[in-house]
Amino acid sequence: MANEAADGTPIGRRVVLGMLALAGIGVAVGSKATSAITEVAKNDPTGLTGLIPGGGRFRFYSVAGPVDEIPRSDYRLRVDGEVERPAEFTFEELAALPQTRLVKDVQCVTGWRVPDVEWGGVLLSDILEQVRPKASATALEFGSSDGIYTESLTLDQAQRPDILVATHMQGEPIINDHGGPVRLYVAPMYFYKSLKWLDRITLTTAVEPGYWEDLGYDVDAWVGRSNGRDDAPTV
Amino acid sequence: MAGTTLPRSESLRRFTPGERWLHLSFGVLMGALILTAAFLYVDPLSAMVGRRALLAEIHFWAGLLLPIPLLAAVFLSPPFRQDARRLNRFQQWDWVWMRRALRFDTSGPSGKFNAGQKVNSAFVLGATIVMFVTGLMLHFFAPLPDNVRTGATFVHDLFALAIVIMGVGHIWMAWNDPEARSGLRTGFVSPGWAAQKHPLWDELASTGRGSGEEVTREVSEHHQKDR
Repeated sequence: MANEAADGTPIGRRVVLGMLALAGIGVAVGSKATSAITEVAKNDPTGLTGLIPGGGRFRFYSVAGPVDEIPRSDYRLRVDGEVERPAEFTFEELAALPQTRLVKDVQCVTGWRVPDVEWGGVLLSDILEQVRPKASATALEFGSSDGIYTESLTLDQAQRPDILVATHMQGEPIINDHGGPVRLYVAPMYFYKSLKWLDRITLTTAVEPGYWEDLGYDVDAWVGRSNGRDDAPTV
Repeated sequence: MAGTTLPRSESLRRFTPGERWLHLSFGVLMGALILTAAFLYVDPLSAMVGRRALLAEIHFWAGLLLPIPLLAAVFLSPPFRQDARRLNRFQQWDWVWMRRALRFDTSGPSGKFNAGQKVNSAFVLGATIVMFVTGLMLHFFAPLPDNVRTGATFVHDLFALAIVIMGVGHIWMAWNDPEARSGLRTGFVSPGWAAQKHPLWDELASTGRGSGEEVTREVSEHHQKDR
């Protein structure tokens, strides 16, 4: 009889070494493979690429517990702090302001990117125009109805024409999981700046770092020029 | 035979307490990793529970601890090392088992461990190393270039998928074999079960139930049939 522990071929060792080699190759080419999958997913009517990890789709990141859906009729956006005319906007009031449509990529700081996402809503600068920041205001703090997530922008950044108080995504109202009914969309920055479940904008005299910045991410989160990353810009 | 309790003298030791402790602790950690991963990664589950920071913390610590039972067994348990050698080595009959398994027949000839268990254990070891290293890369990403970080994410994701598939297979096989499960719970199996499922197990011969010659003949017949 064969000695089970000594004779035979060491297949187990070969399987392990083979897996390590595959993983090494995977780490080396994974970045290219991920963008290739993203490209294919763009033109994939079957949706099968959605089953492959990492390719061109949103991942849901929620930092708080489950967030109850806010009915549109109950929604309020409070704008206060260093402003001449503090205001509260209902969903209808936001919808009555001039609407802006942006089609841009979404880039997450962890690497995933979703190409050509269509966003609709009110330019943040249009809202600022309504409330008139005081001379003392230099920054904005954003609050979320999840009670934890906060974000910030400088007043100069907030005047850009690619930052939206967004109510629509891909032509549809933003769903709760995506931060609806109203979220921020900061096109030129990593997606953590695009705060979900936006319910408060406070004008401040200094930048107040937000949730992710307290965890070590950059405050000025320009895509491709921050967080040690060199992704293609999303402007 | 299954489910009967034999006196220890008549039953066959399959796993030592140390090995059973390894299986349990490794299984609990792996379960925690898969569960937290599901809540971090599967969109509807993520949306349902949120709390990413907490889940990521549990996932990170379970991952850090995962190699410890394995290392403890390697360094502290000679019986585990002996079983690891058995798992490492493919005998001629293991190839017969593999060819039959391709036709969804898992009753091929086997020693203490069948070829499927050997491949699975090698996979678990390889996957543990790969997940541990890429997991560390994802957690301590600061010094790494972007494309390496994305590559590590890609590998961590793909291997996670493979682990779930292998894990489902592992549990399916155990589900269908109550005495294999009780073997892991108690450490002992009946010689009858062993003679049926693992006829070429070297220690079975000592009980007088493993008819080595007969089985050797059976193996060479399998070989001819399969060729």
